[in-house]
Amino acid sequence: MNQATTIQNNASDTVIPGGQARVGSARGVGVKIEGVNLSYGDTHVLKDVNLDIRPGEFFAFLGPSGCGKTSLLRLIAGFNTCQTGRVLIGDTDVSRLPPWRREVGMVFQSYALWPHMTVFRNVAFGLEERKVPRHEIKKRVGEALELVGLSHLADRRPSQLSGGQQQRVALARTIVVRPKVLLLDEPLSNLDAKLRVQMRRELLNLQRELGLTTIFVTHDQEEANTMCDRIAVMYDGVVQQVGRPMDLYDEPVNLFVAGFLGTANVLEGEAVTDGFRLSNGVVVPLPQGQSPTPGAKLMFRPQNLQIRDPDAPAQPGCVRLQGNISYREFLGSSVRYTVRVGSQDVQVDAPHQGGEPQREIGSPVALDLAVDKVRFLSA
Amino acid sequence: MSTTANARLAGLRFDLATARPGQALLALFIASFLILFLFVPVLKVVHVAFQDRATGALTLVNFIDFFQTDIFIRSFWNSFYVSAMSVVLATLFALPLAYLTSRFEFRGAVIIQTLGVIPLIMPPFIGAVAMQLLFGRNGTVNLLLDQHFGFKIPFMEGLNGVIFVQSIHYFPFILINLSAALRNIDRAMEEAAQNLGASGFRLFRKVVFPLAMPGYIAGASLVFIKVFDDLATPLLLNVNQMLAPQAYLRITSAGLGDPMGYVISVVLVACSLLALWVSALAMKGKDYATVQRGGGGLSKRRMRPWETVLAYAVIGIILLLVLAPHIGLTLLSFATVWSFSPLPDGYTLAHYQTVMVESNQYIRNTLVYASMAGLIDVVLGTAIAYLVLRTKLVGRRWLDYGAMAALAVPGVVLGIGYLRTFYDIEVPFMEGQSLATFWLVLVIALAVRRLPYALRACTAALQQVSASLEEAAENLGAGKLRTVLRIVVPLMSGGIMAGFITSFATAAVELSATMMLVQSTEDAPLAYGLYVFMQSAAGRGPGAALGVIAVLLVAGCTFISHLIIERGKAGRAAAPDSH
Repeated sequence: MNQATTIQNNASDTVIPGGQARVGSARGVGVKIEGVNLSYGDTHVLKDVNLDIRPGEFFAFLGPSGCGKTSLLRLIAGFNTCQTGRVLIGDTDVSRLPPWRREVGMVFQSYALWPHMTVFRNVAFGLEERKVPRHEIKKRVGEALELVGLSHLADRRPSQLSGGQQQRVALARTIVVRPKVLLLDEPLSNLDAKLRVQMRRELLNLQRELGLTTIFVTHDQEEANTMCDRIAVMYDGVVQQVGRPMDLYDEPVNLFVAGFLGTANVLEGEAVTDGFRLSNGVVVPLPQGQSPTPGAKLMFRPQNLQIRDPDAPAQPGCVRLQGNISYREFLGSSVRYTVRVGSQDVQVDAPHQGGEPQREIGSPVALDLAVDKVRFLSA
Repeated sequence: MSTTANARLAGLRFDLATARPGQALLALFIASFLILFLFVPVLKVVHVAFQDRATGALTLVNFIDFFQTDIFIRSFWNSFYVSAMSVVLATLFALPLAYLTSRFEFRGAVIIQTLGVIPLIMPPFIGAVAMQLLFGRNGTVNLLLDQHFGFKIPFMEGLNGVIFVQSIHYFPFILINLSAALRNIDRAMEEAAQNLGASGFRLFRKVVFPLAMPGYIAGASLVFIKVFDDLATPLLLNVNQMLAPQAYLRITSAGLGDPMGYVISVVLVACSLLALWVSALAMKGKDYATVQRGGGGLSKRRMRPWETVLAYAVIGIILLLVLAPHIGLTLLSFATVWSFSPLPDGYTLAHYQTVMVESNQYIRNTLVYASMAGLIDVVLGTAIAYLVLRTKLVGRRWLDYGAMAALAVPGVVLGIGYLRTFYDIEVPFMEGQSLATFWLVLVIALAVRRLPYALRACTAALQQVSASLEEAAENLGAGKLRTVLRIVVPLMSGGIMAGFITSFATAAVELSATMMLVQSTEDAPLAYGLYVFMQSAAGRGPGAALGVIAVLLVAGCTFISHLIIERGKAGRAAAPDSH
């Protein structure tokens, strides 16, 4: 507890100062993606994508590399053109507008700061292109740099800045033009682990303060879970599921989402009249409102099981599985056992308290699976 | 299946809808320029070569004439012999130097690198006359040999002179390519061979030599083509029985109607293409990028004392040979009289005065022509590089190929093509001025010839610019043109500058197309003036002075371009990485 507070304090020291500055005063607008298909040559990159991103929302495109998330982001920015479908920002169809007319701000993965310009000139660029009067440019660039805490570095070249500073310049350069939507392309991937956690918080504070609709591309579920209001999980060019982080974790619609967000135990079996029979013969009763579709598998999380001695009495509301421990990993707050049940492996988390003995590899155990937590999912 | 086809169709329609007319217009303009000033003249030459002079019908009769005329056959074999022997002699110069730098820890390596640059800053024809005075029958070396040992060596007799001058000038091409190839051999390749039992000459023959071969072939074929196409050096040395001089003499004496000049031109182009093809064939699939992480180059060892002495002796001799044209030219430019004596009789500044006062139009013209040609080259080079690398225009690659095709066209051929194509066209508002001999057309000819160098420099510069830097500008509201002006061009500036200076420096001393197209000394550039001066014994002094000025001009430019490139490298290296 004590330690947690310290970390909190450290982090809030470095939170972007400001609050008085009105840099990106434009309130968020929604983004709609309707029936989008995108191909590069014969490669079908986005397949019938439909999304409705609400005004002021912090939204993530999450998925493994090659899933189409960056292509979708670049489509919104205007660097890709889709073969079918359209993109609406607010109520305007921007599908046919070139990038420079779209008023969406993008922060590039590599930051893309221009090496031949100072920090000030980098940030002023967008305002100059909009023919903003000189004195106002000066004022707004000053405000933007203050907002990201870099006023003192205005005359430096990008090559003289650290990675974190470069990223803040890229952010200031983007929000100074008051875009309607902020696009972030893996903005944290080039930072080291500690800085990444800090920037996460700064980004979120900034977004909340500006009320700017923000779309965030990442392959890191932890980033998406901690920062975003809602997530679109993408795989193979298809949006698999859209929802709040916790809902996606608890109620995944398919095995991909279940496996991509957290650890999932997946057991094969077949539907029978009174439940779902596993390959070792155990029948799991169906929880309320669930019925397995043909070919579906049983999915549950490691924390949905309790590990117990083989002869301990079964818990109410649970189904009992018997097996032997085949592997053991110490994770700090818990110990993760891999238990061989019949011909399949099951991972189970046991909370760790100091002084408690661990179970040995090879020893027989009983697993109590909470029936109301299991889900039946297809691929 | 059909849905993807439909999607692709839809995509095509979409691309057409968003295609930028400005880009297409630019591409069309460049294509027209290349067609008008490169392809039409060259195709005209080819066409006339295959045309019956009287009837205008297509025929092979001109080529039959060519192969039945003794002097042409002799010229052809002379050109071939001179080019091949120049490659051999240049290899003899380059091989020991390349071996020294790649095999040994050797302080003289810096001298060798300098050796690789010195000859290139002086076109061979400028030094040719000075070489006569030093190595000719009654030149310094032979006078001294005769005096002390009673014999002479015919360094400069006939074809020998051309071979000697050309190989001294062009051996750096082989040196640079061969050194690079040796440097790129991974030490592990050599060590693996040693580990398996190969050593000494066997190791060299079976591993090192085959790996370095592509680099050598690239350099050697370049030397072959350059020598084969060169017009000015044989002319200045009074060797006429070679192909390029024959083409020139046919056109200037027998007139534009005579088909033989065109036939010779076609033979020249065909031989250039053949040499390029052979070199491409030799390189095919052998572009061994063998350097893996870390250790580059063969293992080096320290030299034993006697080896060091030997090495410096070899370098000394080659250095003296390489500097001979420069030394001779400088002496000649200050000499009162220099004839039948090892050194000039007396020294004077009068030649420089003559050049500066009476013939300063040569220098002025050169500065104007070369800088205009350089400017045209970098503008076209940047535009082509941008269209090729950054747009999706159909056929954009052909702009690149088209511009590079100029490499295979000898200057004398381009000159003849211009004369034939533009001679009967009058410059608007200038009564009696033929377009072919108008000075602006000479500028264009120079620009077309040097475009490949500038284009490669610009392409390399643009490849260094990350596309996301441009996308960031577009994202912030800058259109394509604004992005090019504010982001792309500033970031390419180093490469553009280097391209300009390369074009400028080489255009300043061009003399093949120039000789065909210049009609009056008023419009002539420096290289032409030098040729005119060198025609008479009295003109040799001022001619040499002009030569020295040309060398200083080119050397200055080369040095500046080197500085710019180095500064660019240092600037990139200084940028710290992201933490």
